[in-house]
Amino acid sequence: MTGSALIISDLRASVGGTEIVHGVDLEIRPGEVHAVMGPNGSGKSTLSHVIMGKPGYEVQSGSVTLDGVELLDLPTWQRARAGLFLAMQYPTEVPGVSLTDVLSNSEASADELDERLRAEADRIGFDHQFLSRALNVDLSGGEKKRNETLQLAVMKPKFAVLDELDSGLDVDALRLVARRVEAATQEDDLGVLVITHYSRLLNELKPDRVHILSRGRFVASGGPELAEELEASGYAGYAGEPAEQPPGAATAIDPFADPLGL
Amino acid sequence: MNESFSPEAAAAVGPRQDRSAEAEAAAATALPDAEAEDWRYSPIGELPVADLRSLDGPGIDGNAIDAIDRFTTVVPDRAATVVIVDGFVVSVEIDPGWASKGLAVEADEGLPAEVPAAQLTHFDRLHRAFSPAAVRIEAPAGLAVEAPIVVVTHHATAGTAAFPHLRITAGPGSQLSVVERQTSTDELGFQVPVVELVAEQAANLRYQLVQENGSEHWQVGRQLSTVDAQATLITGTAAFGGHYGRVRSDSRLIGRGASANLVAAYYGDGDQILDFRTFQHHEARDTRSDLLFKGSQDDRSGSIYTGLIHIHPEGAGSNAFQTNRNVKLSDEAWAWSVPNLEIENNDVHCSHASTVSPVDAEQRFYLHARGVKPAVADRLVVAGFFQEVIQRLPVPAARAEITRLIAEKLDRRS
Repeated sequence: MTGSALIISDLRASVGGTEIVHGVDLEIRPGEVHAVMGPNGSGKSTLSHVIMGKPGYEVQSGSVTLDGVELLDLPTWQRARAGLFLAMQYPTEVPGVSLTDVLSNSEASADELDERLRAEADRIGFDHQFLSRALNVDLSGGEKKRNETLQLAVMKPKFAVLDELDSGLDVDALRLVARRVEAATQEDDLGVLVITHYSRLLNELKPDRVHILSRGRFVASGGPELAEELEASGYAGYAGEPAEQPPGAATAIDPFADPLGL
Repeated sequence: MNESFSPEAAAAVGPRQDRSAEAEAAAATALPDAEAEDWRYSPIGELPVADLRSLDGPGIDGNAIDAIDRFTTVVPDRAATVVIVDGFVVSVEIDPGWASKGLAVEADEGLPAEVPAAQLTHFDRLHRAFSPAAVRIEAPAGLAVEAPIVVVTHHATAGTAAFPHLRITAGPGSQLSVVERQTSTDELGFQVPVVELVAEQAANLRYQLVQENGSEHWQVGRQLSTVDAQATLITGTAAFGGHYGRVRSDSRLIGRGASANLVAAYYGDGDQILDFRTFQHHEARDTRSDLLFKGSQDDRSGSIYTGLIHIHPEGAGSNAFQTNRNVKLSDEAWAWSVPNLEIENNDVHCSHASTVSPVDAEQRFYLHARGVKPAVADRLVVAGFFQEVIQRLPVPAARAEITRLIAEKLDRRS
């Protein structure tokens, strides 16, 4: 191994006995942004959950290493402490537990947490009143995504998986959030795996590589131009056997797919 | 219960005439058993009645009484402080300022607990026979007693049954708040506390119980409340101690526009059983009751919640809510949660909800994904679960202490 990297090798994973991810390979270097795009049910969210170690997702084979450390051998909290961050598609509401409660108990805690929280909140337009309130409770979809970004900025992980960070955000919020992540790639050498349906996020957060996931496999990889191409022509040309896939099949195999079908 | 609870023993407790008769009535009334609806799921059949005796005075001396924690650091500013030992009122201190305004706090032997005749159990009869005196706490009409009254109820003498009694009355338009802390030794003891709460017209009455009894202690408590027109009653029950701790509360909304907020936080561990039976009676128009009971169960402990909202035919326009939520922290822990509705008038809004579940897996994962250790994450989630109740507790001065007692329970896990 040479230097720092998040390396995914031949990852296969299943949910409820059904294999969803059929062998994914990916290498992300510090400061790089890799986008994973794909239609509903292609396995994008499953991939993000497997990398973070969510219960209920079984790894069949393969490995995920961060700076040479096998993450698949670690429980979720140790993956986080090893430097991995997951911005969730649907951030969980945790009644009675504040952002400060959480961050003072994560390794990132350290000094002047309140000051850093306030400074980072200002950078992405996150209202200070939310800092002491219960996590994600009564927040709008957009506020939840800002909250995820705020935690990313304060925790300063080495690598971040952003699972549809753009959903629920209006154009202005999207720009602020994307620029904050972009800044982290430059200032802190953050490596990013950004999962999205849309190229609009990628207009702000410039990807070095774009990968198209279809039915649990990468079917194409390329530069930023691949995202633009998708915007114009859709996924039809990339989905393995798209014509045969019944409309309901996607949600049937991925319970975590975006229910709005965005 | 046994021969120690004889009519003669009852007569020796105090001069009130009906004591012997009540003791005889108790002897003629069977002990409750878990077959009865009101006692279902409870271990009441295992109460070691043969090992208990009656008392004719507090079993500890003055020095020991002086050493009892009067909650002075928890509630530094008090309108009055009462100490009850083994059911006997041993000390009443009232702030002269509040006394001069008409606040009354005194022991009164002549006030047996007024339990509805149809409900009188063996234990209620024993209470009427053996309770030495009621502590009568009364705010006169229009007086807003800003500082809480603290009552410390300590069961000191092992192997005995004690029968403390509070009768708390908030006169028309008055404000009154009482915090009662119950403690005991870790040896076998059985206590039957009765608390009567009377909120007269447009009064605001608040009562907070903090139950921290010892590990072998049994308790069968009652709260009987009436809330008159435009009055508000807020009760908070925080139950953490005892081998078996039961509170039955009957809240009667008897005047138009009466309102009751009933909240509880309870946390059992070891082999504890915490038991709550609630009745919300809407007996007048436009009344409102809102009940929120939240508990957690660790180790092999268990809890029982059964609740009834009863809208009487006179209860048109009433709103009644009942929510019981439980977080089970171990596979061996158990919780029964049985909400019920009885509605005899159609012009009402009622809801009930009940859950028993382990720590939420999504909440847990979210915290783990932020690098929070599993034990710490569970602790945060459980403490957070109780926050909703803590914020609604009736006496702000006691909230921090109750939060601390929950934290102490959580500390014992790790």
